Amino acid sequence: MNTKTVYSVGQSLLLLLFVAQFATAQNVVIRNATVLSITNGTLENTDVLIAGGIITEIGTDIRAPRGTQEVDATGKFLMPGIVDAHSHIALSSINEGSSPVTAEVSMEDVVNPYHLGIYRALAGGVTTSHTMHGSANVIGGQNETIKHRWGVTDPDDLRFDGAPRTIKFALGENPTRTHGRRASGGTGAIVPSTRMGVEQVLRSSFENGKRYMEAWDDYHLKVATDSRAIPPVYNGRLEVMADIIRGNILVHCHSYRADEILMLTRVLADYGVRNITFQHANEAFKVAPELAAFGAHASVFSDWWSYKFEVYYSTSYNAAILMRNGIVTSINSDSGELNRHLFHEAGKSQRYGGLTDDEALSMITINPAIQLGIQDRVGSIEIGKDGDVVIFDSHPLSVYAIPEMTFVEGKKYFDRFEDADDMRMEVSPTAEIGMYEGQITGRDRFDHGGEIVNFFELFDAETTLNFEDN
Amino acid sequence: MNLLLTLILATLNLFQTGQQQDQKARQGLYAITNARIETVSDGTIENGTVLIEGDRIVAVGENVVIPASATIIDGTGLRVYPGMIDSGTQLALTEVGSVQETNDTNEVGDVTPHMDALTAVNPNAVAIPITRVAGITTVITEPGGGLLPGLAAMINLFGYTPEQMQAGGVKLLVLQFPTKPRAGGGFRRFGGGERPDPDKAYNNALDKLNEIWDRAELYDRIVTEYTASPAGKTQPVYAPEMDAIRPVIRGDRKLMLKVSAEKDILAALDWVKERELTNVVFSGVSEGWRVADKLAEAGIACIVGPILATPTRSSDRYDRAYANVGMLVEAGVKVAIRTGEGDNVRNLPFNAGFAAAYGLGKEAALRAVTLGPAEIFGIDADYGSISVGKKANLFISDGDPFETSTNILALFIDGFNVPIESRQIDLYREFLNRDEGRLTPVEVLPADH
Repeated sequence: MNTKTVYSVGQSLLLLLFVAQFATAQNVVIRNATVLSITNGTLENTDVLIAGGIITEIGTDIRAPRGTQEVDATGKFLMPGIVDAHSHIALSSINEGSSPVTAEVSMEDVVNPYHLGIYRALAGGVTTSHTMHGSANVIGGQNETIKHRWGVTDPDDLRFDGAPRTIKFALGENPTRTHGRRASGGTGAIVPSTRMGVEQVLRSSFENGKRYMEAWDDYHLKVATDSRAIPPVYNGRLEVMADIIRGNILVHCHSYRADEILMLTRVLADYGVRNITFQHANEAFKVAPELAAFGAHASVFSDWWSYKFEVYYSTSYNAAILMRNGIVTSINSDSGELNRHLFHEAGKSQRYGGLTDDEALSMITINPAIQLGIQDRVGSIEIGKDGDVVIFDSHPLSVYAIPEMTFVEGKKYFDRFEDADDMRMEVSPTAEIGMYEGQITGRDRFDHGGEIVNFFELFDAETTLNFEDN
Repeated sequence: MNLLLTLILATLNLFQTGQQQDQKARQGLYAITNARIETVSDGTIENGTVLIEGDRIVAVGENVVIPASATIIDGTGLRVYPGMIDSGTQLALTEVGSVQETNDTNEVGDVTPHMDALTAVNPNAVAIPITRVAGITTVITEPGGGLLPGLAAMINLFGYTPEQMQAGGVKLLVLQFPTKPRAGGGFRRFGGGERPDPDKAYNNALDKLNEIWDRAELYDRIVTEYTASPAGKTQPVYAPEMDAIRPVIRGDRKLMLKVSAEKDILAALDWVKERELTNVVFSGVSEGWRVADKLAEAGIACIVGPILATPTRSSDRYDRAYANVGMLVEAGVKVAIRTGEGDNVRNLPFNAGFAAAYGLGKEAALRAVTLGPAEIFGIDADYGSISVGKKANLFISDGDPFETSTNILALFIDGFNVPIESRQIDLYREFLNRDEGRLTPVEVLPADH
């Protein structure tokens, strides 16, 4: 750029493309950090080299290839990028609330890469989000696992390639309110309006899915010898149910009460399904031995309670009780505010149950990675894993800790000292600036599931910053 | 056994010697010895004693003579802090968010300044013990909803009646200052329905506020004249709304003016000046940093929070809400911190911690949840620091109370040694090792599965 050549727009774009590609392939070595590896303890004064997007070396005085970006992290803490197992960022819709079962819809169709929530999450050290369908339906849509590659404009470029498919289920008040207690005097009400109804919606769906699967299996057998065999009628909804039964889709179930949590384990057991993460699961602590025996996972809030009746008998010691009972437990956000300080939310498990540093940090790294089936790629600092890391100025479990830089696959997407104040990718002159979130209190926060979520669709996606479906 | 449980049990044994082990809060004569005392008003005493008698702190220092009858609490390795104050909550007015029958914050109508939050305070709300075990001894609890929703009350988080709980007689008139819409128009609507005119709604709200205030000022003059010489005059008609505003007009009661956006803060500053109101505190103030100098110049104290919030605008730096308080203090504004919570007021120390990290600093953050609010509400003779003669509202911790790894080990409110107990701790005790003592195996699934 130091020549006097006047670039045409086209040339400039080509150059930009080149620079972008170069940046993607950039190597980085982070030097002299206190490395919180999660799976291999704390490593003092350690270098981590990320090359080609992958962690290739962990040690001291690493010799980095020529051109490697050097980051001095002396006195600072390096941890794996945080994984949020329950989020709704980067979505332009959340609930297909038109039926108690909508297994066929998928959040991959509504991913919005312009959503500022992605950058704000990066500023909180989060590199991977499980961005989910809402909780209006017993069987909601399929979710999307994304990496926070802020700046890409093609929704597909946010995708966490290789992450297993997951689906959202929901029990209790949200589906029963949305469907069974509809407005207009209950005239539009349909099953379920009770937790009994929720079970039967699940059982019907699984049974129909199983029969559909068997019909296709049967057809595939027949067609091998009989080219005139007639295939079953295609059904997208049942196709997804069949894939759940086949074990190809992980179930993530919005749930609160102990009884409904047990109910789902029984339904799943009947169909041989073992992959289950109970989301929120405020009363999971009451049935921890049963969940441990089933091999179920739990992804919980640090301390949310009492915003509705089914969370009135909660305890902030939930995560600690579950961990102590051997259950793979994560702490999630379900919020575009809370996901910016998941390290702090994990820290609360030390006050509420005395978890160790490694246990607390595992709940926002390796454990959510396990729950999303991506533990071979992210969730710890190990050779061969993705170069998703975050640098803190002090220990991330301290309330005073400040995330300073966040890398995804070796590329720096957040830098506290270099980023502009306004990090929007797209500025719309007609967009609402958004509500005054500073005024939002805990009381306003409840009940964003079911029909109420439509309220948020009244806002531009980029201003839809608080969209919990708790 | 779990570390915290061990600590809690050890604490109970340690701190309740001389009492029956009945978990009942009691006043008495207590000496907390060998502790690091964070007085807030007079620095840190590295190794000192706090003597509590009845509802008061009666001695503080390195060389306190401990009466023989005192219950000794050995604070070796521990710290003593003044109880934290949350300057804006709905605690004890609400029980279960989505169950309207359990919410007593919002009365019908836009102008209900005569509603008194203290009346609806439930001393047995489940959230109270859950909050106080974090070291929060005092909160302001507020009605909400309309333009003038009622009176907020300051309460201590122990007591069997609202009157026992009321702290320093503090009641504030809440005013939700009208919010001016921003450029870009109203909400996008489906179905092409007619857009409401947001400017019109704002102007209506402002006109309404001014009309009410005009009437209240007139009412005040009439009542004042009548009271001075009732002879031969007709007694004015009783107007409870006007009666509730009157003390604010006379400067006898503080106005809690809730305002957040830059434009609204500026409008509120003008309005307060115009109405010659001096006993005013602003609350919310999430865009205060944009007009910090103006707030400082006006000398208006601000209750700021929640700190753990997203910025008000998409164009704002990501950490504005964390940094807001620090920027206000830097400009010279007197501040207190609030959570704005009903159920998770216990996160006050963490809100303060984030404010501290993002520019406020630890000392000022501690002040913003102790002596700062006490001064703002004019009760610093009784509250906000560990000093002789003040209310015994304090707690003992094993570290910095803003850190999540710190445990709060003992709690005094109004001199009552309040046990570190809550329903959430009870559930922990019951369910941590749920089947301990069970001889037959746990049935995981029913037999037919």
